[in-house]
Amino acid sequence: MDQILAVLADGIIYSAWLFIAAVGLTLIYGVMKIVNVTHGSFYALGAYAGVSLTGAWIARGLPVEWSYAVLAAGALAVSLIVAPLIERGILRFMYARDEVVILLITYALFLILEDTIKLIWGVNPYFAAEPYALLGSFEIGGLPYPTYNLILVALAVVSGGGLAWMLQYTRVGKLLVSVIHDPEVSRAMGINVGRYYLLTFTFGSLLAALGGSFTSPTVSVVPGLGVDVIVLSFAVVVIGGLGSLPGAALGALIVGIVRSICVHRAPELELFVIYFVMALVLAFRPRGLFSLAEPRKI
Amino acid sequence: MKRDNTPLLLVALFAVVALAGPWMPPWALFILTIGFAKGLVALGLMLFLRAGLVSFGHALYYCAGAYAAGGLGLAFGVSDVFLMMAAGGAAAGLLGLVLGFLLAKYRGIFFGLLSLALSMILYGLLVKNEALGSTDGFNILPSTFFGMRPGQQWLRYLVALAAAGVALGAALLAHRYLKTPLGRLAPAIKDNEIRVEYMGASARYAIHVMYVIAAALAGVGGALAATTVGHIDPDMSYWTTSGEFIFMAILAGTGSVVAPFAGALIFGVIHTTAYDLSPNTWQMFLGVSLLLLIFFLPEGLWSLFRRRKVT
Repeated sequence: MDQILAVLADGIIYSAWLFIAAVGLTLIYGVMKIVNVTHGSFYALGAYAGVSLTGAWIARGLPVEWSYAVLAAGALAVSLIVAPLIERGILRFMYARDEVVILLITYALFLILEDTIKLIWGVNPYFAAEPYALLGSFEIGGLPYPTYNLILVALAVVSGGGLAWMLQYTRVGKLLVSVIHDPEVSRAMGINVGRYYLLTFTFGSLLAALGGSFTSPTVSVVPGLGVDVIVLSFAVVVIGGLGSLPGAALGALIVGIVRSICVHRAPELELFVIYFVMALVLAFRPRGLFSLAEPRKI
Repeated sequence: MKRDNTPLLLVALFAVVALAGPWMPPWALFILTIGFAKGLVALGLMLFLRAGLVSFGHALYYCAGAYAAGGLGLAFGVSDVFLMMAAGGAAAGLLGLVLGFLLAKYRGIFFGLLSLALSMILYGLLVKNEALGSTDGFNILPSTFFGMRPGQQWLRYLVALAAAGVALGAALLAHRYLKTPLGRLAPAIKDNEIRVEYMGASARYAIHVMYVIAAALAGVGGALAATTVGHIDPDMSYWTTSGEFIFMAILAGTGSVVAPFAGALIFGVIHTTAYDLSPNTWQMFLGVSLLLLIFFLPEGLWSLFRRRKVT
């Protein structure tokens, strides 16, 4: 019983992290049809910005309670600077090209950002564990869990719920949904589609950066941080269905729970099982669990 | 009709390597050999590119070939270069044949994502496998030729020569394949798959055949890299390795079977010099070149050499 509880707790915490890391990817794919490899770079950028700002904040002796706002500010700063630069500077010229070509473009941008990070922050690891240590821990089934993990779960719920609410009930969201369904008709109806692409790319990247910055207190921030996140979030998003918000949530839950079962029962299968589920879903439902059929184009 | 002088060019290039080899320093021979090994993988990716497919997981076969060859050494003490390449090619080709039944249905982004997932499965298995050295991988026995172990000064040259020979054979066969009806279907599949089907040809069969060829090529390349480097690890199957192969294939373009080898060699030279000059910016250099290529030379470097058509 205790083990089931532990598996569930680990699984949910990991799912929350996966969801934050992946939700921006599915948003960007849904609106812009871009499989965005730079997503991992934004995660890494967020982590670096978060860790260095928090480090500076704490070094000045400012209150640790506010460091959570500082983490968010770090993510906001990098994504508001870098994302519009990439979207306006490069991506907008490529929307007419094949999905695969755009994938390669974002791969090239990922390589560039990866080294930009090394140039700015160097190759030494960074730590700022104070926000993590401040909250202490709680117990589930006799096992201690850091309370900080609850922040990750809350962040996942807020970002997912907030996004769903925005898409359904706000003006911007409704217009965005129309852009998702048909960019050309939306343009004909007077919607500034280019502006929505910019908005989506920035917001999606912001979500990745938030994921990175809120993970940064729990890990040591080193180069190559984003590389694993890319494939993991691809797996999550593909399982749920590219471009689907509930799909990303379901994908994160499936991967999180399955991995957690493996970690407890058969640790040597931990990585294998994630990609096995991804391949299995692709084999039987290539468009993911939450998806509609797409007509064949002639 | 213009005479096809690609086979002549290939044989001439092989002769240059064979003759110049003994005078080349070991490091240059090493770069050359790795260039041939990775060129074999890029050759397979070039076949995909002609059909409009991009595999983000072809490192799967590169790694499978290397581990098949290395496993042969672990289990039976085999270290013969040709035997290892045959084993790598056969294992990867077989794997490609099986997985091809699944992948031949997929196009566009889903082809890329499914191959990515498959290559990460192998990575996940290898990383956690203690017997195969998990993340560290394991060392490969020094190369031998038909039971003989050449002296240190000849070893590099002979491996390079064997690599050049295999690359020559593979390039000639691939060149022949591109002229067959099956090979010629690839650009048609890229242009309009449904019309290919109306014509009575099976796009799925054509892609499956192509997939097995590309897998076997990558397997041979992996085995060759294993015996050249003397060490293999699971990173050979990681998605960034696949990304490098894509870079090589796109750099070279789909104009000729020589192009992927040129691409792999250029990549090797860039990698070595840039890594030496400034280790923290060489990926940036790769990224910028890839962007410039996609924007300005979408047909790859090879298109620079092609004579413009007179209209």
